[in-house]
Amino acid sequence: MDLQFSAEERAFQRDVREFLESELTPELKRAVSLTPTVFVEKDIADEWHARLNRRGWLAPLWPKQYGGAEWTPVQQFIYESEAARAGAPTTIPMGVRMVGPVIIRFGSEAQKACYLPRILSGEDTWCQGYSEPGSGSDLASLKTRAEPEGEDYLVNGTKLWTTHAHYANWIFCLVRTSSEGRPQAGISFLLIDMNSPGISVTPIRSLSGDHEVNQVFFDNVRVPQANRIGDEGQGWTCAKFLLEHERGGVFSHRLMAMVQELRRLMIDTPDGEATLLEDARLRERLAALEVRVLSLEITEMRVLSKLRAGDPPGAESSMLKVEWSELQQALTELAMDIAGPYAQFFEPGRPLYALAGHTLGDERLARIPPDYLNTRAASIFAGTNEIQRNIIARLTLGA
Amino acid sequence: MDFSLTEEQRLLQESVQRFVQDSYSFEQRRAIMANPEGFSREVWSQFAEMGWLALPFDEADGGLGGGPVDTLVMLEALGEGLVVEPLVATVLLAGRALAQAGDDTQKAEWLAALMEGRLLAALAVYERRGRHAPDWVETRAARVGDSWRLDGSKSAVLHGACADLLLVSARTAGSPEEPKGISLFAIPADTPGVSRTPWQTIDGLQACELTLEAVKLPGEALVGEQDDGLWQVETVLDEAAAALCAEAVGAMSALTRITADYLRQRKQFGQPLAAFQVLQHRMADMSMETERARSLAILAALYARSEDTATRERAVSAAKFQAGRSGRFVGQQAVQLHGGIGISDELSVGHYFKRLTALDARLGSADWHLTRFAARPVAVAG
Repeated sequence: MDLQFSAEERAFQRDVREFLESELTPELKRAVSLTPTVFVEKDIADEWHARLNRRGWLAPLWPKQYGGAEWTPVQQFIYESEAARAGAPTTIPMGVRMVGPVIIRFGSEAQKACYLPRILSGEDTWCQGYSEPGSGSDLASLKTRAEPEGEDYLVNGTKLWTTHAHYANWIFCLVRTSSEGRPQAGISFLLIDMNSPGISVTPIRSLSGDHEVNQVFFDNVRVPQANRIGDEGQGWTCAKFLLEHERGGVFSHRLMAMVQELRRLMIDTPDGEATLLEDARLRERLAALEVRVLSLEITEMRVLSKLRAGDPPGAESSMLKVEWSELQQALTELAMDIAGPYAQFFEPGRPLYALAGHTLGDERLARIPPDYLNTRAASIFAGTNEIQRNIIARLTLGA
Repeated sequence: MDFSLTEEQRLLQESVQRFVQDSYSFEQRRAIMANPEGFSREVWSQFAEMGWLALPFDEADGGLGGGPVDTLVMLEALGEGLVVEPLVATVLLAGRALAQAGDDTQKAEWLAALMEGRLLAALAVYERRGRHAPDWVETRAARVGDSWRLDGSKSAVLHGACADLLLVSARTAGSPEEPKGISLFAIPADTPGVSRTPWQTIDGLQACELTLEAVKLPGEALVGEQDDGLWQVETVLDEAAAALCAEAVGAMSALTRITADYLRQRKQFGQPLAAFQVLQHRMADMSMETERARSLAILAALYARSEDTATRERAVSAAKFQAGRSGRFVGQQAVQLHGGIGISDELSVGHYFKRLTALDARLGSADWHLTRFAARPVAVAG
C-alpha cells in the first residue's frame, strides 16, 4: 500500500503542470477566485473549454474515438489536483460530463455523430431538465409529458432549477411517455432544441442576487422522436447512469485550495496588533476542517482504486457527496467568521471579476457572503444530503 | 418571578404586530427596499407617530420612558417583519448614546428632532483593525484652541450614509487599545472633511465606511466626559445588542413557523415532508434553538441597564452568542428543509436567513461575545 504515482503518472503530472502554466492566465485565475456561484460565468467557462479542447483534454473520460482523452482514474485525479492547486476553472459539466456520457453509452451512432463533436467544439451549450415544481427528491414522480404525434412528440410541462438554461441551446430532459406501471418505468430521456417554438425560460435569482438557475416551460413543444436517447421507458436507467457520473469525482483538492485561501485571508486580516492567524479559535477550526479534507482526499483515492479495479462504488459515492458538500459549507461559514463585521457586506454588481474598484479595498471580501449563501445549495442539489444519508443508512444496515 | 407583559407592553406588541401584518408584508417590503435610500421615509414617519422612536428615552428627555424589556417586545415583533428602516442605528445606538452621555444643550438640539423622525443618526465606534471591539480606537481627536480636529476612519457604520448626525469615538489620549482616553463626538454629516463610502448589507440595510480628514469641530462637539467615553459606548452597545437578540428571536420564530407550514404542505414520495422522522427531529431542533435564544434574550433585556457592569456584560454576551449560533442553525436548516426554493430570492425564507446571518455580524459576533463571556466568570467557591 502506498500513495506514490508510477513513473508514467509522474510524467503526466509534469505535462499537466506545463499546460496549466502556459494556459491558465492571471485573468482566468482571478475570475475563478471571485466566483460566488457553483459554476464560473459563461465567458470564463468558454475560454477554458476551448483551451482544454485544443490540448485534447476536454473530455477526460470519453473514449478516444469520440475525441475523449480516455484518462485512467489516476490521471483524472492528477489533473483535478493540479488544476485545483493552480486555481483553474472547472468545466461546465452539463455537456461533457453529463449528456455526453449518456449519448456514448445509450445513443445511436447517428446521435453520437451529431451531438458529440458539437459538445467538444463548444457549438452546443447544454442544460439539464430533471427537477420539477412537484418533483424534487421524489424525481420519479415527474409530470412533464411527451405524447407521440406522428414522427414527433408533443412536450408539455415545466422544469425547475435549470442551471444555465439562459445560455443553453439544448436541454436534455426526463419526460413521461407513459403512466403505466412503476413511475420510473414511464420515463424517457429526450434531447430538446431550446430554440423550439413553445419553450420559454424564466430566470430565478438566488438569495445572493446571482442568476444561475431558471424555470423552463414547455408549451406544445414539437420534438422529433429521433431525439430520444435509448428506448421509451429507458430514461430512468440513463438518469441513474448519469447520476453516478455526477456523484463520482474529485473534490478534495478544490476544498484544500479553499483551506489555503482562508489561511491567506487570515494572514492578511488585521486583528488589533496581530493578524487573525493568531486567533486560536479560528486557527483550530481551520485546522480541523483541513484534517477532514485530508481524509476525504484519501477516501477519494480509495474509491478511484476501486473503480480502476472495475468494482462499482457502493455507499461511498453518497458518502463523498455528503462530505464534500458539508465541508464546502463549513469552509464558507468559516470565511464569514473571518470576514467578521464584513460578513454582512453585500456587493450587488455581477460578475464580481468585472467590477473595477472595491468598496472595502479588498476584493476578496465581496465574494465571501454570496459564496456562503449560495453554498447552502450544495446539500440540496444532486440528491439532498437527507436522501444521501438514507442511501448510506440502507447500505450500512443492510435493510 | 413573572414573565408576563404589562398591559402597556401588550398593547405595544399588538400595535407592532399589526403594523407588520398590515404594512410590512414581504411584497410591501420589496417595494420599500426599491426606494433610492433603501428604506421608506413614510414608514419612518409612521414609526415616529406611533412613538416607537421615543420609546427607550426618559420622560425628562421627552421620551416614553421605556426600558430594555419594552425594546425587546418591539424588536421581536419587528424581527418578524424584517424591517429595513434605521431604527437600531438612529434610536438604539446614536439616540441612546446622546441620551446617556449628552448634556442638556445637545439633547435639546438633537434628541427631540430624532424622536420626531426629523433626524437620522448613526454611531461610528468600530474600526477595521479592532473588528468587533469598541475599545480599539486609532482615530484621533486633538484640541486646537477652542476647537477639535479629528482624523481617522471608522468601519461598518450601520446606516451611516443616510445619517444627518454621526456620533464618533476618537482617541483624545493613550494608545489604540487603552480603555482610557476615548471620547465621543457629535459630527454633523455635512462637516468638511467627512467622507462616506456607502455599502449595502446582505439583509437590505445600508452601512458605510467613514473617513475623517482634518475635520474641524467646535469645542461643544464633545459628548460626555473627555477621555472617559468608552464605558458610555459599551453601555449603549450592550443595550442595542440585547435588542438585536430580540430581533433575531422574532426572525427565528417566523422561520420555524414558515418551515413547519411548508413541511405540512409539501408532498414527496406520496406523503407530506412532515411525516419523515429525520425532518421532524430537525424541526424539533430548530424549535429548541429558538427557545434557547429567547430565554437569553429575556435575560439580556432584564440586565441591559444593570449598574453592575460584569452582570450586564455576561447577560448580553450570553444572549448575543446564543442568538448568533441559534440564528445560524435555524436559518441554515430552514433553507435546507425548503430545498431548492429556499435558495431563491422569491421566498421570505432566504431573507430571514440573511437577516439572521447579518445580525451575527453586528455589535459583536458570537465568537467575540463568547470570548467576553468567558472573561467574566462567576467566581468558583473554595
